[in-house]
Amino acid sequence: MKKKWAFLSSMLAFVLVLAGCEPLMVLDPKGPQAAQQASDIMLSIGIMSFIVIAVLTILVVILFKYRASNQPDDYEPPHIEGNKWVEALCIGIPVLIVAFLSFMSVKSNYIVESAPVGYENEEPLVVYASSSNWKWHFSYPEEGIETVNYLYIPTDRPLEFKLYSFGPITSFWIPQLGGQKYAMADMVTTLHLGADEPGEYVGRNANFSGKGFAENTFNVTAMSQTEFDEWVQEVHEKAEPLTEEKFDELLEPGHLGQMTFTGTHLEFSPAPEHTHNDVSEEGNDSEEESDHSGH
Amino acid sequence: MEFFERFAIPHPSPAIYASMVAIALVTIGIIAGLTYFKKWGYLWREWLTTVDHKKIGIMYLISALLMLFRGGVDAIMMRAQLSVPDAELLDAQHYNEIFTTHGVVMIIFMAMPFIFAFMNLLVPLQIGARDVAFPRLNALSFWLFFAGAMLFNISFVIGGSPDAGWTSYFPLAGNDFSQHVGTNYYMIAIQISGIGSLMTGINMCTTILKMRAPGMTLMKMPMFTWSAFIANLIIVFAFPVLTVALLMGTTDRLFATNFFTSDNGGMDMLWANFFWIWGHPEVYILILPAFGLYSEIIPTFSRRNLYGYKPMVWSMVLISFLSFLVWTHHFFTMGQGALTNSIFSITTMAIAVPTGVKIFNWLFTMYKGKIRFTVPMLYSVAFIPLFTVGGVTGVMLAMSAADYQYHNTMFLVAHFHNTIIPGVVFAMLAGLTYYWPKFFGFMLNEKIGKWAFWSLTIGFVLAFFPMYITGLDGQARRMYTYSEATGFGPLNMVSFIGAAIMAIGFVLILWNVFYSFKNSSREIGSDPWDARSLEWATHTPIPEYNFARLPHVNSSEAFWDAKMNGHQLFRGEYEEIHMPSSSGVPFIMGMIFFVAGFSFVFSLWIPAVIALLGIFFCMALRSFEKDDGYHISVEEIKETERKLGGAK
Repeated sequence: MKKKWAFLSSMLAFVLVLAGCEPLMVLDPKGPQAAQQASDIMLSIGIMSFIVIAVLTILVVILFKYRASNQPDDYEPPHIEGNKWVEALCIGIPVLIVAFLSFMSVKSNYIVESAPVGYENEEPLVVYASSSNWKWHFSYPEEGIETVNYLYIPTDRPLEFKLYSFGPITSFWIPQLGGQKYAMADMVTTLHLGADEPGEYVGRNANFSGKGFAENTFNVTAMSQTEFDEWVQEVHEKAEPLTEEKFDELLEPGHLGQMTFTGTHLEFSPAPEHTHNDVSEEGNDSEEESDHSGH
Repeated sequence: MEFFERFAIPHPSPAIYASMVAIALVTIGIIAGLTYFKKWGYLWREWLTTVDHKKIGIMYLISALLMLFRGGVDAIMMRAQLSVPDAELLDAQHYNEIFTTHGVVMIIFMAMPFIFAFMNLLVPLQIGARDVAFPRLNALSFWLFFAGAMLFNISFVIGGSPDAGWTSYFPLAGNDFSQHVGTNYYMIAIQISGIGSLMTGINMCTTILKMRAPGMTLMKMPMFTWSAFIANLIIVFAFPVLTVALLMGTTDRLFATNFFTSDNGGMDMLWANFFWIWGHPEVYILILPAFGLYSEIIPTFSRRNLYGYKPMVWSMVLISFLSFLVWTHHFFTMGQGALTNSIFSITTMAIAVPTGVKIFNWLFTMYKGKIRFTVPMLYSVAFIPLFTVGGVTGVMLAMSAADYQYHNTMFLVAHFHNTIIPGVVFAMLAGLTYYWPKFFGFMLNEKIGKWAFWSLTIGFVLAFFPMYITGLDGQARRMYTYSEATGFGPLNMVSFIGAAIMAIGFVLILWNVFYSFKNSSREIGSDPWDARSLEWATHTPIPEYNFARLPHVNSSEAFWDAKMNGHQLFRGEYEEIHMPSSSGVPFIMGMIFFVAGFSFVFSLWIPAVIALLGIFFCMALRSFEKDDGYHISVEEIKETERKLGGAK
């Protein structure tokens, strides 16, 4: 058995060295939501390692001590039914751990499901992110801009992504800014993200959606609000308007490079945000909005 | 010609053509061999028409091993494709079909028949019964499973395999995005074998409730029987959901209904909910019998009774109840909002408590024991820490906010393989080695068995632990390739090496069967492991009636009590034994179901209607058939018992 554990620990070391070249993307957060998730992950890894080590230690000690070769031939193990104190402990400790993790989990749920902590006073930037086989269309309704397969975002400002799909279920994911959420054809889901630092991040569809799934990625560039405003200005000066015919062409299955347009497809092909009449387009009350609206 | 186009493979490759030739050759070889050795009659009398639970169990076992091979080849192809960045071994479509069939084959056509094999082999013996409650229904269950499995497996050479993932989420699995017949195969093949599973569920529950030996109260049942009972209860509650969902999916695809479409009032999220309302209990259907096997093996090789019998039972009951309350954790990211996610996050984590109780009870079963490191015990000992890792990563995934980062990544893939392989697969291999002498009359070689064990364990760790890391580094699952810039390359290469080592382990197991068949001693007695529960109390080979006289039971380890404490298991005189007759109808029905399924897959309505009528005809025939089985006389029993060596 010893050989096995020696092997396992060397394996672990090997893997850590391999992984150590660069920080893992999810554990290298660049925004408040991702930071919250990364800290939850590290906390749970800590607690869980403790459990695994405890079980492993008990196992190794028992195997070592009670192996047949370590005992006299005439040794006859006793009949033990169980002990209520031992059992209470075996139930009690896991209950405490689970209760603590449940508390942390519920707390984090409400954090990641609302505007990022720290930028509450800022007006959120609303971006409609819709997927079609196998592309992402990003519509900035307030700025009157639409891009394909790339996203420009301002830092230090809440980002509110309105997700839906022109095809199969996809999942909008920018690992360094925060976890993913599904984009579906019959309802709009809302994902709250934020970026602390300017930089380039990778984004992708994480949910299998057919043949072109592997390449269904997009680039994210985070920049200061001033630079973002300049970019908006520039697009309005240079880009072509998005027509309905052009948009239908974009929806054809396949892959496209990065594209930029003025105007958004929402004007002629609105998002599936039916029902809820009290919900404002701008998403000021982000809490309850739209997540239940698809029914 | 238009008619025949539907049978063509949408994306043919040399490998598929080679498979077609191989399948044809193997079929011809089997037919020629059976004819040459004049074994058709033997095959029909002893196997195709049998209703004996032991033979049905063995047929499940063989099918499971074949499907393990099929699913394993899929796995190796996937790992090979991902071993280096930008590999071109498989194209996207081919990769998509392979991971879909890998998932379906491993869960529905490998793990399910594997647990059914052990339920069939062990439950009647453990409760001291002569067969299951409904022997002919049991045969029908097997042949429906077999028809479903065969139908699913021909998909890659006729018409094309399903390519929407084993979860088959709509609208991707709908006609708009998946035009070829692959998903029809998925819907109909799983439906046919699922009906078989549902019948087994009813059959096993009835058997366990009604046919226990005198003195065996529920709380004196061996732990594997308890686990089988709970698993079958879950089957009875969960499988109808799958049946209905698959039927709705089938009508969506074949008859243009709109249950799961994204327009005309359809709702794609409904499929995801239905699928996982079945799908989550399904994983407990698989793991509970595995827990049951470990609960048989660990006491035997620790030479101790199972610690905490009652908590073990209650924890399974609790797990089965909770298993129906957690399905949403498969799609925390579907936008239900914080409240729903919080509820399902808590129920999911709650399952860790009864599971933890079981882990501790196994540990305490070894405490003060006398531990022998045989092959079945090695699997059980490796299971404890490896499954703990799988379990705690499950708790991590249950933290819904963090799950937004794990979802759809290799982290998740690592987690569920980390529970299914050390949990289910190791249990099945341990059970295979442990029960092999009881059913085949010789032991498997320990040395080759240990080599296989180490290959599988080391291979497993190398193949799946790196995925936790690449998952946290942003590698999504189900991607057929990735670029070098992602940096996923080295760890995926490690995974491939691990998968190759696992493949060696499986080949060693097959070699072990062959080697031991040639070389092992046949003089092993009826209790080679010095075991504890009732299945070891009968002869090896087991007579068709299992027990000449029904055993009297006073504890969950009646056989051990008989050996150690002089408990009298078999009392009284021999009496005539009533046995069920063989029947060819279940096999024929299975074949008709296959024809019906195939016809539905390809929308061939005339044969479909004829086959459906055939099925109803068989059912009607059964209603009017008068068959009271047959009786084995006392003289015959005495003769058999004498031959097998002493009365039991």
